[in-house]
Amino acid sequence: MSIFLDRETRVIVQGITGKMARFHAREMIDYGTNVVGGVVPGKGGETCEGVPVFDTVKQAVAETGAEATLVFVPPPAAADSIMEAADAGIRYCVCITDGIPAQDMIRVKRYMYRYPKERRMILTGPNCAGTISPGKAMLGIMPGHIYLPGNVGIIGRSGTLGYEAAAQLKERGLGVSTSVGIGGDPINGSSFRDVLEHFEQDDETHVICMIGEIGGPQEAEAAEYIRNHVSKPVVAYVAGLTAPKGRTMGHAGAIISAFGESASEKVEILAAAGVTMAENPAVIGETIARVMQ
Amino acid sequence: MDIHEYQAKEILNRFGVGIPQGALAYSPEQAAYRAREMGGDRWVVKAQVHAGGRGKAGGVKVCDSDLEIQAATEAMFGQKLVTHQTGPEGKGIYRVYVEAAVPIAREIYLGFVLDRASQRVMIVASGEGGMEIEEISAEKPDSIVRATVEPAVGLQEFQCREIAFALGIKPAMVQQMVRTLRGCYRAFRELDATMVEVNPLVVTSDDRILALDAKMTFDNNALFRHSQILELRDKSQEDPRESRAADHGLSYVGLDGNIGCIVNGAGLAMATMDTIKLAGGEPANFLDIGGGATPERVARAFNLVMSDKNVQAILVNIFAGINRCDWVAEGVVRALRENPVPVPVVVRLAGTNVEEGQKILAQSGLPLIRATTLMEAAERAVAAWRADTQRNPNLRAV
Repeated sequence: MSIFLDRETRVIVQGITGKMARFHAREMIDYGTNVVGGVVPGKGGETCEGVPVFDTVKQAVAETGAEATLVFVPPPAAADSIMEAADAGIRYCVCITDGIPAQDMIRVKRYMYRYPKERRMILTGPNCAGTISPGKAMLGIMPGHIYLPGNVGIIGRSGTLGYEAAAQLKERGLGVSTSVGIGGDPINGSSFRDVLEHFEQDDETHVICMIGEIGGPQEAEAAEYIRNHVSKPVVAYVAGLTAPKGRTMGHAGAIISAFGESASEKVEILAAAGVTMAENPAVIGETIARVMQ
Repeated sequence: MDIHEYQAKEILNRFGVGIPQGALAYSPEQAAYRAREMGGDRWVVKAQVHAGGRGKAGGVKVCDSDLEIQAATEAMFGQKLVTHQTGPEGKGIYRVYVEAAVPIAREIYLGFVLDRASQRVMIVASGEGGMEIEEISAEKPDSIVRATVEPAVGLQEFQCREIAFALGIKPAMVQQMVRTLRGCYRAFRELDATMVEVNPLVVTSDDRILALDAKMTFDNNALFRHSQILELRDKSQEDPRESRAADHGLSYVGLDGNIGCIVNGAGLAMATMDTIKLAGGEPANFLDIGGGATPERVARAFNLVMSDKNVQAILVNIFAGINRCDWVAEGVVRALRENPVPVPVVVRLAGTNVEEGQKILAQSGLPLIRATTLMEAAERAVAAWRADTQRNPNLRAV
């Protein structure tokens, strides 16, 4: 098993008729993802990339049995689209959109907690590259061919740095069970800790790779969780050792504003929890290979 | 996005927060006139720059006459104020705020922030106002009162009362404190702020609660729905390269080193800077040109990086996923043919069609240094920078 997504998962794309969304829907279909429809208010009844378009997520779920969604909607409407998916009974949502107001995300998180845990949608992102279970399905904008199927679970904030890690693994003939982008925003759907919980229970995942960066408490929270609840080996890299304090480094959430948020502090906290640290981004693959031996 | 103190005070005042009487001036004469207009016998003039620590840096002066105001502000206008938050280059003073002095009985720290752990708005308050929150948490951590706001219902009165009583506000003034806290929260919430800081919030000897200083930061991602806030943007307070980059959808942060970086993706950009440091160099900048490295963006990125006169070598690191390496390579070659740069350029491409990309770089005839791994790229950039500065130390002095 992989986590969140496999060959059978029925997927819809919210905002499918947009230029970029359409392009990536095509890529996902070609990769083998079971894309069953799209949602664009006012375009219900049309067909896009060979799948039916619906006006609402509820209609899409009723007609196709969709379980997962990719939100590819511009920032002003993205939070609303995520809540619509949560309310329609979607089980897993990836939001790609970069630029959602932080307070919209606070409301999204609050809204999702209306539902009891067993019916609560899992959200990853926003501002991420998405999730891929190599060889099975992909729900995102990553280049599928750089991932080999295998046993490394990847959790990362950054898109291209995650690609870098996957490519380094492929070079060594190592593959990935699932790679999950949690995104670079200050308020996000799932934290490292949330995804670690899923990887810990996944038989196919033997090693977990965390790619963190400066800003926020989620790496430290993950360290605490790993110390007490994770039996599998964890390898981590934290980007931003040279980042100055108080400056936003591209991602809205990549800013050192409190104690414990710098890369060196995070490295220390993770290492103290028994995590094997990759000292630089060029040795992520090598470090994982060493741990897997 | 940051705004000035006087703007933050005007906003908070509209939401019911008390502020001292004050007025803005663009010249020493106007500052003196503002004081006469306001009346009274003691004023505080404050340099309006987007940075904290103004008092210690000489940006705040207490004056007892309009002549004193004129003299104090003459020394401010047009100068760069260097505080611990501005960096050594400082920030230009083009506006001063003249405020009626108030009789201070006690000072309180009040901050509203986005708390990433609880994913809610958090209020942080302390009876030790006037100090910065970092100092308070280091020296008087027990004085700090915290409360988080339930997003579904907003800040409740009981929470405000709890804070007021914890701060030792006398009962007759608790309602005034509740109004102040609710006002700050409503401003935060309705205008999509990411930070509201009132430090100090003062209790005067005549029982008023006033924001003596105020700072507001807004969520850049929410400015699309707050055009009146966007109008308050003051480009004179921004790094010109950073604002130019932002206008073109590039994310740039200038640093002190001399190896310029052009990278796609924020995480990979930080990782590239770290690798340069590890290889013995210092990065000159953070630059994320976005996931899709189009030739136009690459060309703009070269211009931007070269506008930093300290740059003595450039490292381009692109992971081409959806965009192929051959296409990115063509973009790099085109950008450098049209605008050659006088420093060594190291290019590292990875991802889709990497061989074709390398071939295009090799056959371009441009003096590019190629690399396959990230470490190799960083080492070559550092080596090229060293060789170049040794060969011609004055190369970039022109």
